[in-house]
Amino acid sequence: MTARIGVVTFPGSLDDRDTQRAIRLAGAEPVALWHKDKDLKQVDAVVLPGGFSYGDYLRAGAISRFSPVMETVIEQAKAGLPVLGICNGFQVLTEAHLLPGAMLGNDHLHFICRDQKLRVENAATAWTSDYSEGQEIFVPLKNMDGRYVADEYTLDKLEAEGRVVFRYLDVNPNGSLRDIAGITNEAGNVVGLMPHPEHATEPLIGTGRTDGLPFFTSILKKLVNA
Amino acid sequence: MSRTPLDTVEHAAATPDVELPWAELGLKKDEYERIVEILGRRPTGAELAMYSVMWSEHCSYKSSKIHLRQFGEKAPENDALLVGIGENAGVVDVGQGYAVTFKVESHNHPSYVEPYQGAATGVGGIVRDIIAMGARPVAVVDPLRFGAADHPDTKRVLPGVVAGIGGYGNCLGLPNIGGEVVFDACYQGNPLVNAGCVGVMRHEDIHLAKASGAGNKVILYGARTGGDGIGGASILASETFDDAKPSKRPAVQVGDPFQEKLLIECTLEAFAEKLVVGIQDLGAAGLSCATSELASNGSGGMRVTLDDVPLRDSTLSPEEILMSESQERMCAVVEPEKVDRFLEICAKWDVIATVIGEVTDGDRLEIFWHGGKIVEVDPRTVAHEGPVYERPYARPEWQDALQADDANKLPRPETAEELKAQVLKLVASPNQASKKWITQQYDHFVQGNTVLAMPEDSGMIRIDEKTGLGVALATDGNGRYAKLDPYTGAQLALAEAYRNVATTGAKPLAVSDCLNFGSPEDPAVMWQFVEAVRGLADGCQQLGTPVTGGNVSLYNQTGEAAIHPTPVVAVLGVIDDVARRTPVAFQEEGQLLYLLGDTREEFGGSAWSQVVHDHLGGLPPKVDLERERLLAEILISASRDGMIDSAHDLSDGGLIQAVVESALLGGKGARLVVPDGLDAFTFLLSESAGRAIVAVPRSEEVRFNDMCGARGLPVTRVGVVDGDTVEVQGEFELTLAELREAHEATIPALLA
Repeated sequence: MTARIGVVTFPGSLDDRDTQRAIRLAGAEPVALWHKDKDLKQVDAVVLPGGFSYGDYLRAGAISRFSPVMETVIEQAKAGLPVLGICNGFQVLTEAHLLPGAMLGNDHLHFICRDQKLRVENAATAWTSDYSEGQEIFVPLKNMDGRYVADEYTLDKLEAEGRVVFRYLDVNPNGSLRDIAGITNEAGNVVGLMPHPEHATEPLIGTGRTDGLPFFTSILKKLVNA
Repeated sequence: MSRTPLDTVEHAAATPDVELPWAELGLKKDEYERIVEILGRRPTGAELAMYSVMWSEHCSYKSSKIHLRQFGEKAPENDALLVGIGENAGVVDVGQGYAVTFKVESHNHPSYVEPYQGAATGVGGIVRDIIAMGARPVAVVDPLRFGAADHPDTKRVLPGVVAGIGGYGNCLGLPNIGGEVVFDACYQGNPLVNAGCVGVMRHEDIHLAKASGAGNKVILYGARTGGDGIGGASILASETFDDAKPSKRPAVQVGDPFQEKLLIECTLEAFAEKLVVGIQDLGAAGLSCATSELASNGSGGMRVTLDDVPLRDSTLSPEEILMSESQERMCAVVEPEKVDRFLEICAKWDVIATVIGEVTDGDRLEIFWHGGKIVEVDPRTVAHEGPVYERPYARPEWQDALQADDANKLPRPETAEELKAQVLKLVASPNQASKKWITQQYDHFVQGNTVLAMPEDSGMIRIDEKTGLGVALATDGNGRYAKLDPYTGAQLALAEAYRNVATTGAKPLAVSDCLNFGSPEDPAVMWQFVEAVRGLADGCQQLGTPVTGGNVSLYNQTGEAAIHPTPVVAVLGVIDDVARRTPVAFQEEGQLLYLLGDTREEFGGSAWSQVVHDHLGGLPPKVDLERERLLAEILISASRDGMIDSAHDLSDGGLIQAVVESALLGGKGARLVVPDGLDAFTFLLSESAGRAIVAVPRSEEVRFNDMCGARGLPVTRVGVVDGDTVEVQGEFELTLAELREAHEATIPALLA
């Protein structure tokens, strides 16, 4: 058997097809979900993809967070449904309060697209079990509003509870506090990160690395073995 | 344009003596008289508005038309061409049932006035041209030219343009895979912002801009119509800038990439359900262009009720509605029984769609406002029968003196130390330096099909996941060469783009161009234009790559000073399997470096003459298109048969620039040996065309040499991939670290 993983398309989502491809490459079945539809079609996990949903107008993720589909995602995530938010999806997750903190504009005020080195800090979440803790990987990063911020108390709590999942190495590309690239919720089922693992799944494409594929194999194994 | 009483057709006929502001709208007196003659009466205000924008230089190509015909007349036989010049974009067969459409356009003038929005809407416009052909856009490229890198205004224009291209293109989800950034003082008041887009479709999905079938509905969909960009085509793009006139900012449109992304998705969904008979995007000249072109390309006439156009500003006059260049709008012709489904798809994507008229069986375009008929014209007279000028042209007096000022006679470095210093200065100069600071502001990963992106020789996109079929696109132009000799300069641009495509392993198929020149009213500029067009048309004929479409941008001048003539050429190629692409970066130590082609003493227009001597004179490098074709065949065969692991074309900056780029990208150095018969200076810095440098694994050395020998391509072993320095034996050695510092620090230091 395989797992069915939903990918939400909001108006302005850009990496929804790429994410579906990555899910397929990992061996799972991608299922397209539509923002106006509350029905999650009985998927086993959900990815909120990158892009500029609603043009990032008002604030990145601020409008999408109120989409009909998000009502169900929020409800089921709280009940344990694995959810991954990539870039704009991460922004939606913080706006939806499924993850703490917020995303501000990059400190250098430019869009940035680069092959980013990361350290895996937590290999115990639903989405990172195929990595090992401390592993260093390269995953493409591309964003305008990628500066992760939270109050000191929250940051300390995240660190103490091992909820920082990825940290930027060598270069902090956007001014994120404590070099945070991705975090998880207390239960470890919801993960958000700014870099784009779906763009690092094929040896010929993009940077030519496949360091992002373990995201999708991690969740597949978890779901199939569950 | 008085609206009380409404200036209807009837009213115009009854009041022949009313004075209309034709001059303010950019029309010449004889042009106005011709409109009166065509109509047999004075035009209404609305008709005048339509004619004025459609007969502008930007829309009518009135100065360039008679010369552009050569692209058709000299078009080589090419089975791959499915749709040629005249449609929104050309379409090329790339095999396996796929067709590719591509085009380059300019958005030069708006980008100087308002860099961010000018550049952003340039991307938006070219993307809509591609959608209008029925294709899904898969990549964009941006050839850019700015004034001197250290001029204060460049710091205003460049970051705005780059942010605008990124802000719009990134938000649309289109990978930016190539282009150029060139600095030259001649572009100070006239930056060139060219934008190209590639789209992919199945053969059966090609759509054309025509309105056929009486009773079919005309649907306007996308953004509401506002007051932005009114007269953009006529006033902004078709006149020389003049400090004395008021700011032209209101004529620049404002873009909304989010709306455009929705427009892409809903248009493609409507195509997939075969709901569309004809389609046209609204770009320059807005509704005037879309209605008159759709009607004149179809079999019948068209009736439009302007009151039904959704407005952002309810106070707009009908003339303004017709002229508005509000972005993110398209016009589709749909059979009546399919209208509901079309509107449903638009609603799904939250796109406003309105039936504004229908196709009629007459031959007139009629437009109504508040119940009165304000336009009644033969649409062909608006769209296709504009004025045609045979502008006088003459070789400028200064051309001989310029060519006699031979760059080959400039003082050359006398010692190895001097040569080393000049090489370091060259790779750090703004034109030769790394453009990473710029290109990292563009998303080149989105869609997950990018095989190669800048700084590779050409961008490459996979279009079929199963077979690995892909397309490559390169754009090139060199205004310095073209200034020295516009005919040769245009061919060098073509040759370089052609070579760049082949260097990556793809077979060059077709050409699009963006011809950027000064004022056609200056005979010297017109001569440059005529020569460049002739050079390009002859070159395309010889290489067998037809011109499928393109764009002309004139009036790129401030006062008397025109830009360098700058034909920018885009070449599209196809590759059977992207797994066989050849990258620029050195891959493995020990691989042998071979120089393909002949190196002559050619420094006219070279980067060296600019960087070291601030000189422009002499003749550009010679062009040998048969040689280019042979070189391309060798590069493609070598890629297909696995004989080379990296390749880089040689162009501005010569061999040393290419080696430094390959070394820095691969993180591996090179040891070079000056070949017999050449001096180190010429070997490293000459810009002879028809050359490339390749890295050959030792196991392939014999086979590769045999192939070149059998086909008669000169091949010279010039070194080996090795170590962490670039060493020219007996001359100098530079570490990768110092080269990287020199090459990568320049642009951020100037612009960040």
